Amino acid sequence: MNFQMNDEQQMLADSARSFVRANSNVEKHRQNKQLVELDSATWQQFAELGWLAVPFEEKHGGLGLGVTETMVLLESLGEGLIMVPYIATVVMGGGFLRHAHELVQDEKIPALIEGKLQLAFAAEEYERVFSLENIAMAGEVQDNGIVLNGSKACVLNGDHADLLVVLVRTDGAVGDRHGLSLVLVEANAEGIERLPHRTVDGRQGAEVRFSNVRVPHEALIGELNLAADIAEGVLQEALLAISAECVGCLSVLLEQTVEYSKTRQQFGVPIGKFQTLQHRMTDMFIAMEQTRSLLLAATLKTTAGHKDAPRAVHAMKAQLGRAGRKIVQEAIQIHGGMGMTDEMAVGHYAKRVTAADGMFGNADRHLMAMAAAVS
Amino acid sequence: MDLQIAESEKFFRDEVRTFLAENLTDDIRRAGKLVTSVFSPVEEAMAWQKILHKQGWAAPHWPEAFGGTGWSVSQRAIFAEELVRAETPPLVPMGLLMCGPCLIGYGTEQQKAEYLPKILSGEHFWCQGYSEPGSGSDLASLKTFAEKDGDDYIINGTKIWTTYAHHANRMFALVRTKKDGKPQQGITFLLLDMKSAGITVEPIVGLDEVPEQCQVWFDNVRVPQANRVGQENDGWTVAKYLLMFERGGQAYAPGLNVLLEKIRVMAGKQQGTHGTLKDDPVWQYKMAALEADILALEFTEMRIKSALSSGKDPGALASMTKILGTELLQKATELRIETLGAQALIWQPQALVPGAEQPPLGPEYAMTGMPHYLNSRACSIYGGSNEVQRGIIAKAVLGL
Repeated sequence: MNFQMNDEQQMLADSARSFVRANSNVEKHRQNKQLVELDSATWQQFAELGWLAVPFEEKHGGLGLGVTETMVLLESLGEGLIMVPYIATVVMGGGFLRHAHELVQDEKIPALIEGKLQLAFAAEEYERVFSLENIAMAGEVQDNGIVLNGSKACVLNGDHADLLVVLVRTDGAVGDRHGLSLVLVEANAEGIERLPHRTVDGRQGAEVRFSNVRVPHEALIGELNLAADIAEGVLQEALLAISAECVGCLSVLLEQTVEYSKTRQQFGVPIGKFQTLQHRMTDMFIAMEQTRSLLLAATLKTTAGHKDAPRAVHAMKAQLGRAGRKIVQEAIQIHGGMGMTDEMAVGHYAKRVTAADGMFGNADRHLMAMAAAVS
Repeated sequence: MDLQIAESEKFFRDEVRTFLAENLTDDIRRAGKLVTSVFSPVEEAMAWQKILHKQGWAAPHWPEAFGGTGWSVSQRAIFAEELVRAETPPLVPMGLLMCGPCLIGYGTEQQKAEYLPKILSGEHFWCQGYSEPGSGSDLASLKTFAEKDGDDYIINGTKIWTTYAHHANRMFALVRTKKDGKPQQGITFLLLDMKSAGITVEPIVGLDEVPEQCQVWFDNVRVPQANRVGQENDGWTVAKYLLMFERGGQAYAPGLNVLLEKIRVMAGKQQGTHGTLKDDPVWQYKMAALEADILALEFTEMRIKSALSSGKDPGALASMTKILGTELLQKATELRIETLGAQALIWQPQALVPGAEQPPLGPEYAMTGMPHYLNSRACSIYGGSNEVQRGIIAKAVLGL
């Protein structure tokens, strides 16, 4: 066992830290109150720093690194509240591309690494509790392709994406793992309508409507009807990335709250001198450290291909949800009225962590998934 | 002890329901459904107040002589409950629930005659100048200073978290008139015209991106001494009376029950692999726990009302309902965003403005979830933070 970073990881951590020190996005979060264009300057910088290449094979121009390196990078990005769509494009989009046809990989992965391609994973549906088995949107299999009809909700980065990875039901009934297929489709294809929206955490997404969108069989990622395992694998990497980013956010929430309690004076003393607040901030600290531990557990088990890695990922996402609630709520409460303002950074970090619980199943769903897997 | 409802009360409830059915306009109803705060959209709330005022129902809890209704405590509770059930936008409380009762308790005859009718009609829109940047939980440390000059005071300083100061034309404020001695004993309660020279108002954008709060600056603002309520340096007595009212004057349970019902309906629409979310045991457990807590609160609030009816002072128990009501509201809004899942992430504050032309994305019921969750984090901070309330109970009830 060794929890020390290797040289490569340390370099990544150092370059991410120095980027974040120079580029914290808190001010941008304050300013963005309307839909905005993708921050392509920052995205190009990511490409130049090599960060878009992290999880890809060297033959495509990648660095051949894994989820541990992604964790190192995203924790820093979380500390700076950097809002580029790294998880949507690199972790999820890239994760799916690695399972696409060889020809598609050869074309798309280098473009992604160069910063010229945005992706989004269209999975969530309105009024459906998120789980893979619960996907209902239909893809009708015909001789010359698959026809998509229906709509996908809250597609993160869906507004800026060039390519969509769409999870659809091509067979079986809701509740079945069999019958799920992944389809890669141009976001501007005929029959696709995108309705962009902001998300609570200062990012953007879209509702995506499909009306008789025809895609060839070659557009499938994985086998027809057998995409559940691929989707689950990529989702687990996405959950690891979301959690890593949020651990960065949680550490800032804790640090800023403790700092505030040392400077804010009431009744003639800094409020941090009150024992009730000391104990509550101590509990915030414990909750954050436990989240960090589960992030490490889930990441290292995934890297090692451990058989209970999926279980650790569920535990981690549940912990993020529960610890996140507690830390966010206490951070706002201890900041008092200031914590409720758009002006203070704490609220923007709080929104990111709050949003994370709602992505791809909240704490309850992941605890139930653990419970169900026992029997 | 029993729960029998008198015939007269049933009749009264019907009367209120009929009135609501006949008088609520579509715009007001719509605004009521879009509320994500204890503070309503101003225009619709004031339109609704005018309708209630015409009926003589704008301030049921005031004495009849000043425009109240003369209703019993139960009747007032029924009325408040029916307003909540009909999802009417809550009336803006600073005049009707805060300044008005203060003037009735401590104002001069002239002040009552001048201000009370205008509070009822809505001609005067009040804001509350209490907190300051350095004086929140420790309110008595406030520094905004009023210096005597002839028949006036001259005020300098700043107030913060002044809800709707940017809409208000009047402010009731606590100011310091004596710098030595116990801090509580040098505070005076004043009534200000917001159009006075030297007042600057700057709205503060909240987590929900709505400018609900403000900071207000006073630069040599002249206020006639005749606008003082109570004695000079005795404003703390008036303020405490008002804070009691702010804490104990409202019932949280009826609104919470309405919110739970909405969440149940939403859960019934979220399809899972085995039925809807409403059939899910984990969701059911959370809902049942909230329901049990709210039933307890409902009866705690009724015990307080019953004490009030028999002329007893519920005292520090008002702090208890403030803690319970606000924290249960926060839990309920939390269960709502959990029920909505990713749909709660879609952020479209522009669709919450009454009269918005663009239809919201996703189910309409989902769009209030996140703004309300975020906004309700303030409930345990304002009106005396819940830490302050717990301190009051520890001291006044437990004798610690």
